Amino acid sequence: MIPGSFEYHRPESVDGAIALLNEHGDEARLLAGGHSLIPMMKLRMAVPSHIVDLQAIDSLHGISEEGGELVIGALTTQHEVLTSDLLAAKCPIIPEAAALIADPQVRYCGTIGGNVANGDPGNDMPAIMQALGARFRAVGPNGSRDIAARDYYEAAYFTELEENEVLTQIRIPTPAVGHGSAYEKQKRKIGDYATAAAAVILTVESGRCISASIALTNVASTPLYAEAAAGALVGTDLGADAVDTAVRLAEEITEPTSDGRGPADFRTHVAGIMVRRAIARAQKNAG
Amino acid sequence: MSKMHVKMNVNGAEVEGLAEPRTLLIHFLREQLSLTGPHIGCETSHCGACTVDLNGKSVKSCTVFVAQSNGAEVTTIEGIANADGTLHALQEAFREHHGLQCGFCTPGMITRAYRLLQENPNPSEEEIRYGISGNLCRCTGYQNIVKAIQAASDELNASKEAAQ
Repeated sequence: MIPGSFEYHRPESVDGAIALLNEHGDEARLLAGGHSLIPMMKLRMAVPSHIVDLQAIDSLHGISEEGGELVIGALTTQHEVLTSDLLAAKCPIIPEAAALIADPQVRYCGTIGGNVANGDPGNDMPAIMQALGARFRAVGPNGSRDIAARDYYEAAYFTELEENEVLTQIRIPTPAVGHGSAYEKQKRKIGDYATAAAAVILTVESGRCISASIALTNVASTPLYAEAAAGALVGTDLGADAVDTAVRLAEEITEPTSDGRGPADFRTHVAGIMVRRAIARAQKNAG
Repeated sequence: MSKMHVKMNVNGAEVEGLAEPRTLLIHFLREQLSLTGPHIGCETSHCGACTVDLNGKSVKSCTVFVAQSNGAEVTTIEGIANADGTLHALQEAFREHHGLQCGFCTPGMITRAYRLLQENPNPSEEEIRYGISGNLCRCTGYQNIVKAIQAASDELNASKEAAQ
């Protein structure tokens, strides 16, 4: 379990990190919390010859609100997300999901930027960000651009991020006051990835669903934004028929693999149950 | 690949050494500093036997490169006892409440519990179980570990009150 050799770099600015990525191309990998990359390096599934450790770049840390957007620095750890008063008050689905990731030691190291950036379909934050309509800020040699979370994921570990770009921030439109949200995740044990999980965000006025979004974790090679399923809820009173339709439409877009977490059919079935539970809980905490 | 010069503060003492950047912190602690308290269990960041305190956070030292911890402050089980050499309240409570059987997980378990009590001096049973969920024990069934942490929490709070 010894990783391959590499040269270690600890730049103090985003520009410094980009310069190193430019210089070393696909021989270089960014290191944030390291709890996805280091296990891959121990298995020699990743053998980068240059490691660019982002820990000394102060501008990548922190959680704030700027003009109607919640801005989370990429290097903010899951532990910091979990203990953020701002997120607890304005966007509780994020700390709720963070609490279901791995274990305390991993959450002290693991970062939200790493979780969304690397394209592991088992990660929880990508679906949350799709449900919230978040954008990821990518900074490269030619400046910065924003990529919608709903467009970011191409396939397992393949994303829109270019080789010489650094994902610096997650920018989330602050959800409406009174919105309801829930993240339901079935897993076999603490620390496991989801068998299936669902994020649901709703706004409800006088018993009617005004807006809805749904996204799914670990039931395809990318997170899934379940647009049709959410559409089936809007304008309804979230009664049994509407929920049944949403569950069916969400199940229809899943393409899970059969693995140690269960056969594909079972995982699709679990995804439906997670959607149903998340809708119920989001409805309950809306208002 | 060339070695790098690594400096860190371990259990209150400044230490330095030469190591390849890819060296895992657990190997540096055990093999270069002879601190064999933190154990190598699973090597896959599941079991928590290698837990140490790094800059005030519990980490699994099998999943941290020594290069990342260059300049850091590290506490291992060897640095947990009181300055006068007596056992820390957690160590005493694990002994008193049979919080260990084979003892393999104990250094990681106590080091993790140490940070947990720093952050939350009055944890509920549920908070303790959640707080140590990154540490596996295959002997005790956890019941006596939870009791030991509760007892240590009571003891530390009582001595804090007495000091005021």
